[in-house]
Amino acid sequence: MSQHDQSHQDHGVKPYVIGFVLAVILTVIPFWLVMQGTLDKAVTLWTIVIFAIVQIAVHLKYFLHLSLTTDDGRLNTFTFLFSALIIVLVVGLSVWIIYASNAMMMG
Amino acid sequence: MSTSVLNNEAHSHEHHDSGSTTLFGFWLYLMTDCVLFASVFATYAVLFMNTAGGPSGHDIFELDYVLVETFALLFSSITYGFAMIGAQRGNKQVTLLWLAVTFILGAVFIGMEVNEFSHLIHEGFGPQRSAFLTAFFSLVGMHGLHVTAGLIWMAVLMLEVMNNGLQPRTVTRVGCLSLFWHFLDVVWICVFTVVYLMGAVS
Repeated sequence: MSQHDQSHQDHGVKPYVIGFVLAVILTVIPFWLVMQGTLDKAVTLWTIVIFAIVQIAVHLKYFLHLSLTTDDGRLNTFTFLFSALIIVLVVGLSVWIIYASNAMMMG
Repeated sequence: MSTSVLNNEAHSHEHHDSGSTTLFGFWLYLMTDCVLFASVFATYAVLFMNTAGGPSGHDIFELDYVLVETFALLFSSITYGFAMIGAQRGNKQVTLLWLAVTFILGAVFIGMEVNEFSHLIHEGFGPQRSAFLTAFFSLVGMHGLHVTAGLIWMAVLMLEVMNNGLQPRTVTRVGCLSLFWHFLDVVWICVFTVVYLMGAVS
């Protein structure tokens, strides 16, 4: 594949339309769930987190064209996964430490 | 990246802008921006319960308003996609049209956010009111500043396309802004889930 093809790869309209339709569905459902407020609180929280993760995956695939089959897509995917690891460490462990110390001080 | 690409680049310096390298470099910058956002999200997660007798998220968030904001940004993602396709196919008018539509949707989003902020500040719920509100304004405001930077960049890019047409270098720039713009939409998914939806639930 020539360099020109790689940098200016034409993905066509299709991935954007698929991504958009999925994103609309994945946005409306969690908003609707929270606005209705009929489900149990814990169930609602887990459901909206799962919807967010799925929607992020949809955006990464259809809008940002991450993929494991093209050279550029692979490179971007692995650097993203590395960042995701760092983010899990930064956010996850910070929240864990602070909430645990908070619980100990309250108890 | 394959070595053939690197060789190709070394041999034909003037013929190609180093498009794919530029895009990858910009992607790496976005990953560092991800870590920046992650730190502010961690701060928000730690501080959001400390309302200091002031309002909590449940009291001040209006979900239907946030849903409209979300849709403005989501629509701007697909319209930017159309601009990107126009640029890749060398169609100047199509590119400019969709960039303009994207710009308007982005401006609607920012306008709504500024309106929300000014209402909150007017009611005495500014960032100085509590740790929760400081974290809220920092996180949502930082995303808003990114979108504003994206809008300025988009305006400059539209001028460039108008004046110089779609040179390979310009198409690469449209590609970089495409990454930036879609990336901000991904961050917004985290914002509306963690800040607005979770805030309204608890």
